[in-house]
Order: sequence, then structure tokens, then C-alpha cells
Amino acid sequence: MKAFAALYAGLDASTATRDKVAALAAYFRAAPAEDAAWALHFLSGERLKRTVGPAVLRELAVRASGYPAWLVEDSYAHVGDLAETITLLTRRCDDAVAADLPLHRWVAELRAVPALEPAQRDARILGWWAALDDGERYVLNKLLTGALRVGVSQRLVLQALAEASGLPADRLSQRLAGTWTPTADAWRRLLAPADVDDARSDQPYPFFLAAPMEDAPASLGPRAEWLAEWKWDGIRAQLIRRSGAVAVWSRGEERLDGRFPEIERAAAALPDGCVLDGEVLAWRDGAPLPFGLLQKRIGRLKPGVKTLADAPVAFLAYDLLEVDGADLRAMALAERRARLSALLAAAGDPFPVSPAVDGDDWPALAAARDSARARGTEGLMLKRLASPYQVGRKRGDWFKWKVDPLTVDAVLVYAQAGHGRRANLYTDYTFAVWQGDALVPVAKAYSGLDDAEIARLDRWIRAHTRERFGPVRSVDPVQVFELAFEGIQASGRHKAGVAVRFPRILRWREDKPAAEADRLETLQALAARIG
Amino acid sequence: MPPLIELRPEGLYCAAGDFHIDPWRPVPRAVLTHGHADHARSGSARYLAAAQGLGLLRHRLGADSPLEGLAYGERVALGDTVVSLHPAGHILGSAQVRIEHAGETWVVTGDYKRDPDPTCAPFELVPCDVLITEATFALPVYRWEPTESVARAILAWWDECARRRVPAVLFCYALGKAQRLLAELARVVERPVHLHGAMVPLVQVYRDAGIAMLPTLPVSDSARGRDFAGELVLAPPSAEGTPWMRRFRDASTAFASGWMRVRGNRRRRGHDRGFVLSDHADWPALVATARECGARRVLATHGSTDAYVAFLREQGIYAAPLRTEFGGEDSAHA
Repeated sequence: MKAFAALYAGLDASTATRDKVAALAAYFRAAPAEDAAWALHFLSGERLKRTVGPAVLRELAVRASGYPAWLVEDSYAHVGDLAETITLLTRRCDDAVAADLPLHRWVAELRAVPALEPAQRDARILGWWAALDDGERYVLNKLLTGALRVGVSQRLVLQALAEASGLPADRLSQRLAGTWTPTADAWRRLLAPADVDDARSDQPYPFFLAAPMEDAPASLGPRAEWLAEWKWDGIRAQLIRRSGAVAVWSRGEERLDGRFPEIERAAAALPDGCVLDGEVLAWRDGAPLPFGLLQKRIGRLKPGVKTLADAPVAFLAYDLLEVDGADLRAMALAERRARLSALLAAAGDPFPVSPAVDGDDWPALAAARDSARARGTEGLMLKRLASPYQVGRKRGDWFKWKVDPLTVDAVLVYAQAGHGRRANLYTDYTFAVWQGDALVPVAKAYSGLDDAEIARLDRWIRAHTRERFGPVRSVDPVQVFELAFEGIQASGRHKAGVAVRFPRILRWREDKPAAEADRLETLQALAARIG
Repeated sequence: MPPLIELRPEGLYCAAGDFHIDPWRPVPRAVLTHGHADHARSGSARYLAAAQGLGLLRHRLGADSPLEGLAYGERVALGDTVVSLHPAGHILGSAQVRIEHAGETWVVTGDYKRDPDPTCAPFELVPCDVLITEATFALPVYRWEPTESVARAILAWWDECARRRVPAVLFCYALGKAQRLLAELARVVERPVHLHGAMVPLVQVYRDAGIAMLPTLPVSDSARGRDFAGELVLAPPSAEGTPWMRRFRDASTAFASGWMRVRGNRRRRGHDRGFVLSDHADWPALVATARECGARRVLATHGSTDAYVAFLREQGIYAAPLRTEFGGEDSAHA
């Protein structure tokens, strides 16, 4: 664990990308396979299944530190991270001796925790705290409480793996796609020479993601070189039909099998050895339903008859990545789309193809984009007809050209300290709009302000706190913010009766008095119109 | 009977002695605990301060300021009170103010720390009935490591910068922290350090007081285009992001402060390193001082006073917050 804790400290201390990559590569080269596998797992943002609840950890922190529970809570509110708070409140006992267990052995220890009797579990955790130095104790606590969050992107980890192994990053990404179990064998397969075949029958390809449009579309060159599609508001997914079975993978590379039986049934009509890229949408009569309906389906493993009838789904095909077991990704999009249509037609049209949006020139497309929201879509996708299917978010060939967001002026009513880089700064805000003389919370937003604004607002919040509810403060209802959001619909689960999608702060309206913030009726009318 | 020391709009005031302590507005007579800007403000008619701090105060308030020095422990009558100054261990010449009146003793700590510091006299525990104390770092997560291990960590970072051929720019408060770093580093290494212009005269004041520190070179004396690769540069936080920084291309940057104990602060600053080094008392010192001085009442100023006050009360010490205008949560020199 010392080696992994040192890697963590090194990554945490550095702000320079090349230093992080070098530190990661050095670790990957030196670590035994089973440790490297777990390190990669954790650095990819994966966590262990719940080992012990935060309430138990807090109680143990009280015991280990000797401080009253409220003071541990105050410290937690100040620090903003439970694992770090515990690390700072406890210390290694000078006479405790601990062997340096390798990372995978620690994982085994941690995975054994849930099966322990409470007294045994408590004694073990207290023993670890007393035996480990600060850096190791912090990493241990991070693993106990959840993800590491060390601030390295998957791209950086891949870059380091490529540097350590001499394999191309795309190949590594391909080998890591889908479910990757951290074992010594999996690590060795991952780093196997490039000429070793990687047949993994149910695994997806790494998704190719579109970059946001930042310039006018005319900068993309002739309209004729581009395919325009609607930007559908569902779940991006790959449909894998291989070895007589069907697998559905989300863009987050999670398996969705069992959730969408109608799609899996339809996929049985596809020929074996093919992979489709597309979008899962709540769908009825050839048109999309609100995203909220799809959300009902995501969590439900074996949906019943009523759910299937209330929230029917469809798979809209975008792309064809594999046919007869052959990888088509290097082929031009135009060619892949032609083969996609032919393949679906031959199979009896089990799925519709996401249609091309007409429009002879860019202004015509811009006009089409203006109708996107009315059609239940988020805007347009622009894909270069000559583009191969690449890996990750690469600028140049695929763009998302979203409609301008909806906006509302709302009043800041609650604030809570953030986590990670924003720990002990008030950065998680709750906003409200007027209903009569009362303010009703309608949205929470975490992003949209720059560091200077966050710092200024943090000071203001501290000076204008009305009440404290644990980590949350209510503040004087004075500050108005313009919030942007992608959609709005009626919701029985929200006090305001409406739920907004992807709310974020557009700007701080210091010019606007709170009384002039928006009213709930306005939002309800908007929800009725477009929800 | 009003308390011996009360909070007035212009600062802490002792009516029996007719003087203010670290007033934030001009008054007829001010007793100063130390030379930081939020404690030593100009404009008062007379100042009394520890003799060892007069050099700094002259630099801060002007050479011809009406300053009067008092040796540590020397007793002087002010009005109906007897006043003496005792080392606070915060920076050169920092003092706690002890006030005796009608059989009652009050102590105002000013800013203090109990960790050893080669640049100033060590903190002296002064028994009293009422203690007015700072509480800048009054949460148990704030606990300082031995200074020597911090100095070694800084040296290791400096060496790493030397290996990578990049400048090492360490941000710290110009008065107190910079000189303490130079003195602590002098115990483990013998190399010159480059100074931002704002620090040059303050380092000179410490040298004049006989404090042993690493040799220093003003950055402004260096030739244009000089390569600072592998060299340590000390700069105040205000220099961050200014054109002055341009000469240290590819520099690794670090910040030395007690706030660096918490990762969120460290990461928000965006420096490569955060070294936990403070001239204020950590939580164990704050609690120990309240207990050991024997005060039956503790009044806590600037910082996390709520937790500190509640904790002391649970320990059976009567405590209350006192709202002052000294540097609060964002105080740069903490």
C-alpha cells in the first residue's frame, strides 16, 4: 500500500499533466500485476462495493480521536470530505507496527469487512488507523468511503498505460471497454503484445463522442460533406449481437441487459456478429417521450406490463460498427450508414435509423435546429460523412449543435459546502422561485461560476447565514442567478411540482432584486407547453 | 462593574488604564501585540510595544512614529493598571499583553504559537483570570507537524526542482513566515534564496535583530533573462499571477500556510505543493493554553470561535466569542 499511497500523494500534489503521466507509468511498470490491476480499477473511478457505512466511520472517528461527536461533525463540515476528516483527526500510534501489505491484499481485507461482527469490524478499522501513516490512512479511508477522486482523467491513465506498455492507447481503451475485472490475469491480457487477438464476445467498442459546436457551422466547410441528425435526448448505447446473444451497453459502459426487453427481442432479428451504435429513447408513435419516462425504465431490471405500456422504448440506430464479426470503424460514415440501412432492411427493419435532417445549406439547417425542442430533441448532430468511428471525444468530425437552453431567474436560498477541490467552500446551491410571497426551491446547481465568483459568494454566504441545518445553511434571499436548463416537466416528486434537467448557473444577476425573480406559474406554464 | 477590557468601535479598550490594544482606528494610546497590518495600524498618538519588535514597527508605521519599547516582563503603570508584555512566539517582537487591575489579571494573547521558532522568543505561559485569545485554527483538524519535518519536505521539493531544472517559487506571507522559513532552512541547507522585493526590507530588519537566516538575493538585482532553474524564490501571495512571475518560466509553485493542512484549500490554490506551516497556535495548543493559564473565563477572537468556545465549555472552562476586526478566516498570513 505504501507504493500506491505514494502514487496517490504524487498525483494529488502535482498540477502538471506530464508529471502525473510519468508517476502513473512508473507505478504501472513497477507494481505486481494484481496490484496494478486494482490501482487501474480505482484510478478509473471505480469503487469497492460498500464496505462500511459513513455512520459507523463517524462513530469510530469519535472513538479514535476522543473528540465529541459534534466536534467531529464540525470538522467534517469544515473539511468537506469524510475520509480526509478522519485522517486529520486520527494519528498513527508510534508503537503500532504494521507490515506493508500489497494493495490487492488490502482490497481483500476491505472486502472482508461487511462479513465481520460489528465489534470485530470496529477493532479492525481502529487498528488500521493506528498502524498506518497519514498518506496510507487517507487512501484507506478513501477506499472505505468510496471513490478515490484523485483528479486524473481516464485519458491520462490510458496515456500512462500506453507509456508503460508500449501499446497504442486506442488498443488499450478497446481492451478495457465494457466490464473489466481487476485481476492479475486481466492485467496481463490488457498488456499482452499488440498481435494477440482480443476476442471478447460481449464487449462494446469505445464510444466516439461529439464535441460541442463553438463556431458558426459555416466554419465546417461545405454542407454537402456533413450528415445532420437530430440530437436525441435518451441514452447513447451499443447493441451487440454476437454468438447468438444480445448485449446492450450504455455510454458509461454499463450493461443495460434486462431493462429493455422489447429492444433485446427485436435485436434477435439481427444477423450474428454485428454491433450497432444508437440511442435508447422513450418512444411512442414515431416520436420521443420526455426523458423522465425513460428514467423510470433505467432503474427497473424486469419491467412489468404496466411499465412497458406507460414508458415504451425504442432503439434508434446511428451507426454500424461491426458486421460478420469484422470491425468497420475505419470505414467512412457514409459507407457505414449505407450498410446500416441495408442490414436493417434485410433483417425486416427491427429498428429505425435516426433520420438525416434535410436542409440544403447551413442557414436551412439552422432553421431546422430552431424546431428541435418542439420535436423533443436537444438540437442537431453534425457528422462528417467521411469520418471514421474514433475513440472518445475528439474534435473535428462530430459536433453537437444544441439549441440554446431555457433560462429562469431564481433566488439563492440554501448553500452547502462542496467536495474535493471545492471542499469547505459553499458551492452547492439551491435556488427558488416565487409562489405568492413564498420562495419554492426548484433547482440545485453546482457549476457555472468561476473561482473568483465562488470565493466571493462563499464570503457572502458566510456573512448572510440565517440558519444552519447540519452542513446546509439557509441564507438571506437576496442573490438572484440566471439558471440555464435543458428541459422541464411536471413532477409529483418535487415540492414545486416541476423538475428541470441539467440546471446550471448562467450568470450572477447582481443587478436584479430578488422580488423580480421568476414566478412558479411561469415554470409550470413552460412545463405544460414543452414537457 | 464593566469588564476590564471591552470591545469598542475602535478596538479592544481598557478603561482602567485608558489604552487600546491593537486598535483598528487612531486612538490616544495603543498597546501593540505585533507588527502585522491587521494589528499595527498607523495614526494613533502613542504606541507601546515589545522592545524587540520596534524595528519592525518603525518599518511598518514610519521611522518617526511615537513608539515606546518595553522589555519582555517589564512592568509599567498605565492609569490604574499595571501592564507587562510577554513573548507570544508569533513573529519577531510579538507579545501577549498582561494587565493587572484591582487584584484581577487579564491576558490578551494577540496572535501566538507554541511551536519553536528560531526568529522569535518562545511563547510564555502567563497565568491569568481572563484570557482573550486568538482562535484562527480552532478545529481539531489543525495540528502542526514538527517544523523540522516541514523544512525537510520543502528542501526535498527544492531538490526535486533542481533535478528537473525548474525554479521553485514558494509563496508565503512577507512578514514572519518568510523569515522563519529562511531561518529553518538554514539549519538543513546552505544555499542562497531569491526574494521578492516586498520581502527584502523585512528580511533586513530580522538580520539587524541578529536572526541567522540563509543568504538572500533580491530578484530585482538579477540580470534580465537570468535562469532561476533549481533555485528557491520566496514571494508574497499577492505576487501570484502578476507579470513579475513571468521570469520564472515552468516554475513549480508552492504555498506555506496552516490552511494547507486541508486538501480542498491546497487544491483550490492550484499550487504544486502545499506546506503546512503556521505562525498561529494549532488546536492542541489553543486548548492547552486555555487550560494551563488557569483562566476562569476565555474570550475567543478571530477564527473558528464557535467550536472552540463550545469545546472549552464542555471542558468546564467558561468561554465566549468576542467579535473583533482582526484577520478572519481569509487572513493571508495565517
